[in-house]
Amino acid sequence: MTTAPTTPGARAVTRYRLFWPAAVLAVLLLANLAFTPDFFAVHLKDGHLYGSTIDILHFGAPLILVSLGMTLVIATGGIDLSVGSTVAIAGALACLHISEAADPASLGTVLGAVGIALGTAVLLGLANGVLVARVGVQPIIATLILMVAGRGVAQLITDGQIITITSEPYKLIGGGYWLAMPFAILLSGLVALLTALLTRSTALGLLLESVGGNPVASRLVGIRAMRLVGLVYVFSALCAALAGLMVSSNVSAADGNNAGLWIELDAILAVVIGGTSLNGGRFSIGGTVLGALIIQTLSTTVYTIGIPPETTLVFKAFVVITVCLIQSPNFRAKLARRGAGRRAGVRPSPATTTNREVGA
Amino acid sequence: MRQQPVLEVRGIRKEFPGVVALDGVDFRLFPGEVHALMGENGAGKSTLIKVLTGVHPADGGEVVLAGQRVRIAGPLQAQQAGISTVYQEVNLCPNLSVAENIFIGREPRRLGLIDWAEMRRRATELVCTLELDIDVSAPLDSYSIAVQQLVAIVRAVDVSAKVLILDEPTSSLDRDEVRQLFTVMRRLRDQGVAILFVSHFLDQIYEICDRMTVLRNGRLEGEYLTSELNQVELVSRMIGSELAGLDQLAGGKRRERSAPATDRAFLEAEGLARQGSVEPYDLAIRSGEVVGLAGLLGSGRTEAARLLFGADHKDRGTVRINGTETDLRSPRDAIAHGIAFCSENRKTEGLVGELTVRENIVLALQAARGWARPLSRTAQDKLALRWIGALDIRPGNPEALVRNLSGGNQQKVLLARWLITDPKLLILDEPTRGIDVGAKAEIQKLVADLAEKGMAVLFISAELEEVLRLSHRVGVLRDRRMVAQLRNDGELTPERVLATIASGAEQ
Repeated sequence: MTTAPTTPGARAVTRYRLFWPAAVLAVLLLANLAFTPDFFAVHLKDGHLYGSTIDILHFGAPLILVSLGMTLVIATGGIDLSVGSTVAIAGALACLHISEAADPASLGTVLGAVGIALGTAVLLGLANGVLVARVGVQPIIATLILMVAGRGVAQLITDGQIITITSEPYKLIGGGYWLAMPFAILLSGLVALLTALLTRSTALGLLLESVGGNPVASRLVGIRAMRLVGLVYVFSALCAALAGLMVSSNVSAADGNNAGLWIELDAILAVVIGGTSLNGGRFSIGGTVLGALIIQTLSTTVYTIGIPPETTLVFKAFVVITVCLIQSPNFRAKLARRGAGRRAGVRPSPATTTNREVGA
Repeated sequence: MRQQPVLEVRGIRKEFPGVVALDGVDFRLFPGEVHALMGENGAGKSTLIKVLTGVHPADGGEVVLAGQRVRIAGPLQAQQAGISTVYQEVNLCPNLSVAENIFIGREPRRLGLIDWAEMRRRATELVCTLELDIDVSAPLDSYSIAVQQLVAIVRAVDVSAKVLILDEPTSSLDRDEVRQLFTVMRRLRDQGVAILFVSHFLDQIYEICDRMTVLRNGRLEGEYLTSELNQVELVSRMIGSELAGLDQLAGGKRRERSAPATDRAFLEAEGLARQGSVEPYDLAIRSGEVVGLAGLLGSGRTEAARLLFGADHKDRGTVRINGTETDLRSPRDAIAHGIAFCSENRKTEGLVGELTVRENIVLALQAARGWARPLSRTAQDKLALRWIGALDIRPGNPEALVRNLSGGNQQKVLLARWLITDPKLLILDEPTRGIDVGAKAEIQKLVADLAEKGMAVLFISAELEEVLRLSHRVGVLRDRRMVAQLRNDGELTPERVLATIASGAEQ
């Protein structure tokens, strides 16, 4: 029958989907190598791994977490602007609990803090989910409410101050090491893996893509879209809260004002760079992780190649635009056509074109 | 009528890739008349209107407006030439005031600024000429759809008053609102405006129109005085009698319809109704029985079926399934009771275009199982391949994106999706529309076979021949009412169904 040729064909397509984000990441990393010859070097010091690539993974961990939740929200055709505020609230609650505890360094206190943060996140996610799925508020508006209000709530919790704490077990989450690796990397990797498993080895992924791809048809096919969509916002809030714990743990402080500021925009960008359409439907967890790493690598690159701070944002914007253009099949086709026209007779190679664009 | 027509169209031709939408159509519109444009879906009504309003340029033929040959290059030119259109959905800004809507884009000005007092004064004047009693400074959306439509007409007439095209203005209006609209239309007619009226409601046509032009399959069927063509003749001219064609394709004679084995109804609906979509109707469907629904477009065929599937919420009436009263609150409830529904809008209400054939096929079954009990990939592949084979879906690649398939193959994917859920009642809304004859015959055969094996089927189609070939009984709908249920005992002819549709009573 026709089975044999089709399955590898499908695999080639998925591979293709991740090809461009992976290529961009590789180019960015290689560009760093040109400026920093030992960029890929990783040392083992005092039983801990150090190196630029480790740093990228470490500092990128919160963004990866937030982006994972964002991916599922966007797959349903929604968007979650409130993740930054959730990051701040989670960090503030955890640090407040620890700072007020009799023994900040005890495991019980830290677990309590984590529990409070995650529990609150579930409530925040539910609020978003109910507004979007049951009340029918547009996602961008519904989550904007919490984005604005949540920042205020975080400042109320911290009383407008920065709460600093000293708690060894809490420090592990964002700044500690386990098996020689920064714990944050392991945690975000684990969540990414679980998300991929949860969506792809159950039918959750298919149902989410169906709801995002055609909500009307999904209702007529008997999918409980309301429940699914609500669930996705809870998941997004949980991911954001974990990221909040990570951020506050890394600096041993909660800053209601600045923790997770604008992270929602980076997360949306990571999802889009990863190949998930803002219109909803098909999503890619792997693509999102790559997208988040691209953004983090970009931030690192800005420092390593010595871009003056005042032009940092312009540089970032330029690279992001380039990345988005390269991902567009239409743009690639146009570029290939023009290239072919200029060098008549030479077969246009998209890969070289890409390199030229990024290097420019 | 000895007058000169205000608008005359001669030999107009319009082609779209692969289809001739209008083929040498002539059409005349006289000042001071209400003229109906009649035809079934795809007859070319909307194409003709779009040519007249400059949305589509004609490929051939000529348009004569007030004695002069004109070339309508766009909607703006049409408006300047004196042709205004009011569409089914109101094309105004609901957040602006009535007066602003009437004068938007051509506001009265003084010293470069909008003269609000003048605008209100003139708006009030215009509204009064149509004896509408509304406050012109109130926002448009504070009024009903009917009034909004009338405001659109006021605007259209004020912009250019020669020809007014009303495209299905009554489809969302209730009885009183229709009467109000008709009063306004008569007044405009008496002022000498030529009105082109499109509606699916035969009674309304006969109430308001002086003449009518009937189109069929892109050709002119004829122009008639309303008083000289009765409803039965009109309907048969709209639908035409192409009885022989498909019967031969399906393999000679009409299928012998043996009575279903069981006498107990699988589903009984009693007084089922929803305000504004379908009047109370009774319907019983037995296992192994095919019940057809016939009626013109907009007669309530789809609406009746959607109530049985819980896709729309009923206002009144009861549904019994296997004798037990059941409240179908959502499609999910209906599916749990073994009901499946293939919508007539494959793209918008059926398939998820960016998913693959396999994913679309397993979707209903997977939704019923819930996300936590996934079908294994092997099981999915097996199901997909089996049904791709059984229904001959092409290309036979389960990983092809469903949006890239042809209409007929998409329809088969949709059928496969429901058939793997093993439904007890299958509701098919226009399953053969827009697909080629071969696929059509295959689907018809499939429906007959499924019923033979004991499935109850509700079969909706605009093609009477098809309905009669498959159904044991035929429910006839007209103007959102089930007017008759006819036994298909071998003596039921399309003509008799047509007569029932036209007269609104069993013939």
